[in-house]
Amino acid sequence: MSIKTKNLDKVVIRFAGDSGDGMQLTGTRFTETTAIVGNDLSTLPDYPAEIRAPAGSLAGVSAFQLHFSSKKIHTPGDQPDVLVAMNPAALKVHLSELRPGGIIIVNENAFSSKNLKLAGYESNPLEDGTVDSYEIYSVQMSTLVAKACEGMDISPKTVDRTKNMFALGLLYWIYNRPLEPTIKWLGKKFAKRPELVDSNIKALNTGYNYGETVEIFTTRFAVDKAPLSAGKYRNINGNYATSVGLLAGSIKANIPLFYGGYPITPASDILHTLASFRHFGVKTFQAEDEIAGITSAIGSSFAGNLGVTASSGPGIALKGEAIGLAVIAELPLVIVNVQRGGPSTGLPTKTEQADLFQALYGRNGEAPVPVIAAQTPGDCFYAAFEACQIAIKYRTPVFLLTDGYLANGSEPWSIPNFDDLPIIDPNFATQNDDLPFMPYDRDEKTLARPWAIPGTAGLEHRIGGLEKEDLTGNVSYDPENHHKMTELRGQKVQNIVDDIPKTEVLGNESGDVLILSWGGTYGSCRSATERLQNDGKKVSHVHLRWINPLPKDLGEILIRFNNILIPELNMGQLFKVIRADYLVDAIGLNLVKGRPFKASDIVDKVKETIG
Amino acid sequence: MAETKVKTPKLDRRDFVSDQAVRWCPGCGDYAILAQTQKVFPDLGVDREKFVFISGIGCSSRFPYYMNAYGFHTIHGRAPAIASGVKLANPDLSVWVITGDGDALSIGGNHTIHLLRRNLDINVMLFNNRIYGLTKGQYSPTSELGKITKSTPLGSLDRPFNPLALVLGSHASFVARAIDRETAHLQSMIQRAHSHKGSSYIEIYQNCNIFNDGAFAPMTDRETKSDTVLRLENKKPLLFGAEMNKGIFIDGHTPKVVELGDKWSIDDLLVHDETDWTIAMMLSNFTYQDDFPNPIGVFYCVDEPVYEVMLNEQIEFAIKNKGNGDIQALIDGADNWVVE
Repeated sequence: MSIKTKNLDKVVIRFAGDSGDGMQLTGTRFTETTAIVGNDLSTLPDYPAEIRAPAGSLAGVSAFQLHFSSKKIHTPGDQPDVLVAMNPAALKVHLSELRPGGIIIVNENAFSSKNLKLAGYESNPLEDGTVDSYEIYSVQMSTLVAKACEGMDISPKTVDRTKNMFALGLLYWIYNRPLEPTIKWLGKKFAKRPELVDSNIKALNTGYNYGETVEIFTTRFAVDKAPLSAGKYRNINGNYATSVGLLAGSIKANIPLFYGGYPITPASDILHTLASFRHFGVKTFQAEDEIAGITSAIGSSFAGNLGVTASSGPGIALKGEAIGLAVIAELPLVIVNVQRGGPSTGLPTKTEQADLFQALYGRNGEAPVPVIAAQTPGDCFYAAFEACQIAIKYRTPVFLLTDGYLANGSEPWSIPNFDDLPIIDPNFATQNDDLPFMPYDRDEKTLARPWAIPGTAGLEHRIGGLEKEDLTGNVSYDPENHHKMTELRGQKVQNIVDDIPKTEVLGNESGDVLILSWGGTYGSCRSATERLQNDGKKVSHVHLRWINPLPKDLGEILIRFNNILIPELNMGQLFKVIRADYLVDAIGLNLVKGRPFKASDIVDKVKETIG
Repeated sequence: MAETKVKTPKLDRRDFVSDQAVRWCPGCGDYAILAQTQKVFPDLGVDREKFVFISGIGCSSRFPYYMNAYGFHTIHGRAPAIASGVKLANPDLSVWVITGDGDALSIGGNHTIHLLRRNLDINVMLFNNRIYGLTKGQYSPTSELGKITKSTPLGSLDRPFNPLALVLGSHASFVARAIDRETAHLQSMIQRAHSHKGSSYIEIYQNCNIFNDGAFAPMTDRETKSDTVLRLENKKPLLFGAEMNKGIFIDGHTPKVVELGDKWSIDDLLVHDETDWTIAMMLSNFTYQDDFPNPIGVFYCVDEPVYEVMLNEQIEFAIKNKGNGDIQALIDGADNWVVE
């Protein structure tokens, strides 16, 4: 039988299995290989908060979705074309989202009566017609890897754990991907345990050869390289990009990076990544709690380092008082919030963007903090770098908002040349013997105050959380002074508008609908806009990076559209800001389902709006 | 002759007096502590610009405003964490935390214990007046059980913290106690804390003459103090009393106060050893026990690895192993590809 190869523009694969089945790892490997092949891609890891929920249960299902294409894409895909289900629970959880007629690949060995029961199946879905309308491939992965590893000196349990590599090998065959990058990676990953290198490579090859030799697959698929702009690329996820962006900021400012933080999902990888940068002189401090995380960072900034902390909503709530201290002390500080579902502990592993109000307003008193939001995993690098620039230039805490989707999602990233990034001048205060030192004297243009660090002779001074007297920084309870200082702090943050470039409008400068978005919904909104424009709709898209301050030209853009649609993964937060600031009758599209928008959600809403 | 701008190498007390008017209540014990600090600091051999005072919230936490050095009056309870960031950012600085019993042991208890177990080279001065002064007189975590205050009209129900037992339990490497009125002794404790490498903790009994006047009177009144205060001296027997005729004897595992005479001689008394944690812990537990004198002086002093030193060693180790970080290589990553 001859095997055809069919060309596709795009494929969405979802790997799903038990938490212990290694689905995140499998997805990540497929992603890395796909990046090297030259497709554009976007990923969506989706895992439970429990480290190991009971094996085989619905709660324990972990998934990884990958969208890859020969065209430029912006989202992890609305609907999977292929579902790899390593057990019945994975099939049960994800089947409803599979494209009609899509491909299902299952590990048949896992469909035992016990696992079926755990998944809530009364009969075997592989036999009772449940999957008849799909293209189903039922493969005895466990049996096949056991056979392949026969005679090796490793336990049957360890052998069985290689079945994810079998599935990966099979998908590599179906989608014409090379095995070498994964083989190389396995060699490195298990360098100290050669038996695991051997068994995993065997399983990978067995999966690949299975596709080649078993005559059930009639078609292989090719997805050509995407037309990415010329240059050097890598695959990158948001938390890694954030970490490298922060480091780049500190190097460009020529001051050490100090990170104070406390472990919290989904921000911990920033701590882990920065902790591996000791050879850059990075100081990471795993503090006793969230408060010590941020206050140690404030202390480091007072002493002349670039203080950074990262957390997620619940941790940011604990940091609130300290953020106010950084506001009144007017010290540089970057606060990263990798947003997750709330309130309270909420949905730790799921994405949401419901902490915008917390970033804008979550403090006592008038305590303005600049807020920047990253829009794609790779953009986290630039957003983090920009947060460092503004924090240092304006002597202010800066909020950098990312989210669970950006943090763990990845995309091909055009590698920047570090030398092309701007220098950041920390502009430390120096002694001027002719004049007494004024810690709250201000730069005329930015209103930033001097950064005079301990160890500098002649600039000894005291700051603190009590209201400061203008210029001297002495404690002052004077009502006129308090009003003035409040205005100065507000104006200083407002002055950042001069650093924000002109707003880009995707599409016409006027029309029926303007989709206005911020943060991690960039990709879905852009895809939706492109689809609607291809449909002939008069729809444009503006994506905000800075939410405080808002760009100067936003107001004049908004009034040129008949409708403003603001899709957000919250119940309408930017929505309220825009209505309040610009008095426009915006429309919200609000979902909090723990996952990014599907582009179709937005397309449907626009069509409903303009008919 | 033209004026020279060379700094006088020798500093004196006035160099550490800031231009801010001191606003503690007249008669407050804080004045004495400030004065002793300003007296001692010129002789510590450190340039003034390298001193940093970090405080939290409370009466004592206003202290940094009155010292002409770098200072940061922060938020309630967090001074140890802020100070940790300062010290890690620049280990060359001499960092002092000024705190009170509410600040350090109630809202900031967590930061206190973690600072000490890490053993950063930071000096903590705990102003213990056993009351909340700034909020006008509620009981504090060191107020004695049954304390009647505005918030406890029928007496407090929670047992007091014993600060030195707590800090010894957190593995502080230098632990001492002083009294606001014992000025020469206080100065020597500040000097000792400064010279110790690692976290130093000085509890200072401090009188709040407005809300808890006389809390330490038995230890400061001329008539009673010889019998209520035990002055610790390293390698010396634990001896006290107006006639220096009383001492601490260990009966089995239990300390006892004994009178020297026919039955007991000085050779029977326990000899203090600053490096013995068990003795320090035992002495700390004399607090709040009427049968025992209150020890002042250095309870415990040992050399332990210092956090910021180890952090810098890790950085050097990483650089030695991996070479100086190459940011472009990091941005490039291990797996990249070129699109023509």
